[in-house]
Amino acid sequence: MSDTPTDPSGQAISLTLNGTPRQLQVQPWTTLLDLLREQLDLTGTKKGCDHGQCGACTVLRNGRRVNACLTLAIMCDGDQLTTIEGVADGDSLHPLQQAFIEHDAFQCGYCTPGQICSALGMANEGRVRSRDDIKEAMSGNLCRCGAYSNILDAVEATLPLIHGGPRP
Amino acid sequence: MNTLKPVSGQPMDRVDGPAKVTGQARYAAEYPTTDLLHGSVVSSTIARGRVRHIDCEAALRLPGVVAVLHHQNRPKLAGEDEQYEDADSADGSPFRPLYNDRVLYSGQPLALVVADNLELARHAGTLVRIEYETDAHQTDLLAGQAHPAPAELPKPRGDFQQAYDAAKIRVDATYSTPIEHHNPMEPHASTVIYHPGGNLEVHDKTQGTQNCRDYLHSVFGLPKEKLRVFAAYVGGAFGSGLRPQYQLPLAVMAALQLQRSVRVTLTRQQMFTFGYRPRTVQQLRLAADAQGKLQAIHHAATGQTSRFEDFTEHVVEWSGMLYQCDNVALDYRLVPLDVYTPLDMRAPGAALGLIGLECAMDELAVELGMDPVELRRHNFAESNGNEGKPYSSKALLDCYSQGAERFGWAARNPQPRSMREGHELIGWGMAGGVWEAMQMKASARARLDAHGQLVVSSATTDIGTGTYTVMTQIAADAMGMAPGEVTFLLGDSALPTAPLQGGSFTVSSVGSAVRQACEVLRGKLLMAARSCYPELAGHPAEDMVISEGELHAGRRRYPLGEILPRSGLEAKVVCEPDARRDGYATATHSAVFVEVRVDEELGTVRLGRVVSAIAAGRVINPKMARSQILGGVVWGVSMALHEETLIDHELGRYMNHNLAEYHIPVQADFADIDVLFVDEPDEIVNALGSKGVGEIGIVGVPAAVANAVYHATGKRMREFPLTIDRVLG
Repeated sequence: MSDTPTDPSGQAISLTLNGTPRQLQVQPWTTLLDLLREQLDLTGTKKGCDHGQCGACTVLRNGRRVNACLTLAIMCDGDQLTTIEGVADGDSLHPLQQAFIEHDAFQCGYCTPGQICSALGMANEGRVRSRDDIKEAMSGNLCRCGAYSNILDAVEATLPLIHGGPRP
Repeated sequence: MNTLKPVSGQPMDRVDGPAKVTGQARYAAEYPTTDLLHGSVVSSTIARGRVRHIDCEAALRLPGVVAVLHHQNRPKLAGEDEQYEDADSADGSPFRPLYNDRVLYSGQPLALVVADNLELARHAGTLVRIEYETDAHQTDLLAGQAHPAPAELPKPRGDFQQAYDAAKIRVDATYSTPIEHHNPMEPHASTVIYHPGGNLEVHDKTQGTQNCRDYLHSVFGLPKEKLRVFAAYVGGAFGSGLRPQYQLPLAVMAALQLQRSVRVTLTRQQMFTFGYRPRTVQQLRLAADAQGKLQAIHHAATGQTSRFEDFTEHVVEWSGMLYQCDNVALDYRLVPLDVYTPLDMRAPGAALGLIGLECAMDELAVELGMDPVELRRHNFAESNGNEGKPYSSKALLDCYSQGAERFGWAARNPQPRSMREGHELIGWGMAGGVWEAMQMKASARARLDAHGQLVVSSATTDIGTGTYTVMTQIAADAMGMAPGEVTFLLGDSALPTAPLQGGSFTVSSVGSAVRQACEVLRGKLLMAARSCYPELAGHPAEDMVISEGELHAGRRRYPLGEILPRSGLEAKVVCEPDARRDGYATATHSAVFVEVRVDEELGTVRLGRVVSAIAAGRVINPKMARSQILGGVVWGVSMALHEETLIDHELGRYMNHNLAEYHIPVQADFADIDVLFVDEPDEIVNALGSKGVGEIGIVGVPAAVANAVYHATGKRMREFPLTIDRVLG
């Protein structure tokens, strides 16, 4: 195999992306984030730093939140992936998405998909019990607009409804 | 009566909310197109010198690498400074990307690698070898030579020195603030779609699509009609999009040279290679009589700039206008260094100058043994001393009283170190804030179709501030419609002319134009209706609303299809600030109250709570205005406690150019923020009575935090940010 990113031969992987089975050819060096954004036109997952420092690229991999920029696409063979595009149920928003709008939990909106996926992953982890727990568990997702208190309100208000993760 | 409840003043949800929470909102780097090429920027590693040689051979040898652009093979660029100027230029010679072999700062773009995909472009960029001829550089503000800033400062009034020398109570303190970078979550990016015939469709991260269009027009000599710049969604900007940033000309260069579509996205590290908030050193000298009346104010600031432009902002002016004082002297100097030019960053100037002024006022209160709120009340200014004009409105006293009451300030023991809980010292501090309420010329178009859909447009942007929503509310009310039947378009250079989005003047400027366009359109509609239906002649206009494709007048309904021409009705206006403003000073004000908790052993400063009381005229959307203030508070706390871009002066290079080491607050850093808007009617500022809230939320906060830290610890720290080492040191 060539050691430069020009090798046309990829590796075949199968995964389920937002409920749809996909067969994909991926290069071993391609991150899940670049696969989503550059090859699949799923640009809802954001690139804020590409170094796992900001959380804007958070997606759900088998129900767990991961930084897509630190996850190689090739590692996702056989996985179930949910991105922000797969959180709503058709035209009907997920309660957390609705709560983000009601609580004005974003301004520019760039960190928002990561915040929402992160909160869903946090809910799946089932460890948060209090407002302070949520603050700690959501601290991997930066928001430069400073919408933190509204994000907290939206997540706290919705948490009882979302234990168990995104709707199928 | 057919009346629609006005939506202005209501906490309407963002109209762009669904697009943003579902990932459907596309930002500059997210526009797909066939055969797109990706550009990766190669940055300089020295701070000053010349490029002797660029070796692109290894990069070009990789299949899929299409080109490496640099100063020797780039397309033709303009040769005059004026051709590189833009709507937010500083004095001097604007930076010209890939223009020649000169290296002016570390991180300067020196080459653009263009390849079939992003990873390849980035990899090939690492193979470009640059040989330099290195010159000695200087990047330290304290080591450089200062010269007077080319700014029109208010003339000195009274006699500062005499009044200062004669006064009983004096404060002489010097504060320093660090370099800070905007770091919006979305890195700067430009997607340039090359259409047949050489028309360029550009999606750019900007606060002014027309500013970018005009820049490309003059730098590349392209006709304006071949250029269309869009910014439908902007992932934060905070001033970083006020000038066209270098990824834009680089992407256009490649698109023109290769006649292909090209995208250039900066890395997070490269987000530290253009404008920033400059480092400053500020000396404040205040004098008061024994009763606490200010006798003299001197505010002298020194800020850094580049060697090619003199960046100026309003750092010291606030010290001549926030309080009543007859003897005021202001001074502002710049130190040119081998760095990029600074750039307006949220509340430019004020966020810095009010650190100096409001910390010094706290020190003065301590010297006087006076409550800091009382001291400020005692020196309240009815008029702006710099301009000699009364304020159109100034509900700052209400901010003091309502903010203090909400916070419980009356229970404060003025003695530092008087409150403790476990291992934490608790401190309460406050500060005031001020920002100008500006209005710029702006235009807007409103168009009603026969189905009753209103489309209003202006070439402004929405950087997260809520422009889409607020303009929808203003248009709906002016037209007599429900907001669900109104669409507001922005972020397109082909729309009616709008100023840059910044300075908190978008509601005032664009909102006034939107309102006026809708009023004109409504007038046209009612005139057409009355000529179709004479019985409407006597019907009061205010009783007519438009809903579901019909004009409602009392119980009667008239289909718009019968009234409007087939093509619909349109009105376009150019709206200028009202002459009534001329006799007045216009500004927003705030009073900020902060509780901090300081761990003496660990040196950590934790935020307890914040009350921010704001006077900003009429608030169009309380939900989003509150969000603006919340964001401002986060920024202000961040300035006080976290943010600092550090330079290794030996290398002339930033050391912490990433989001792990450039600290901004996270969710866990934040406590309860209570925002209150005091009532402030204003008939003069503009027809909306609304002053804008983008900047006023930040300005008083850093000083309030620092004053709270002093109250907690008894230690006055004057070097920002107040990091652990300084608290312990």
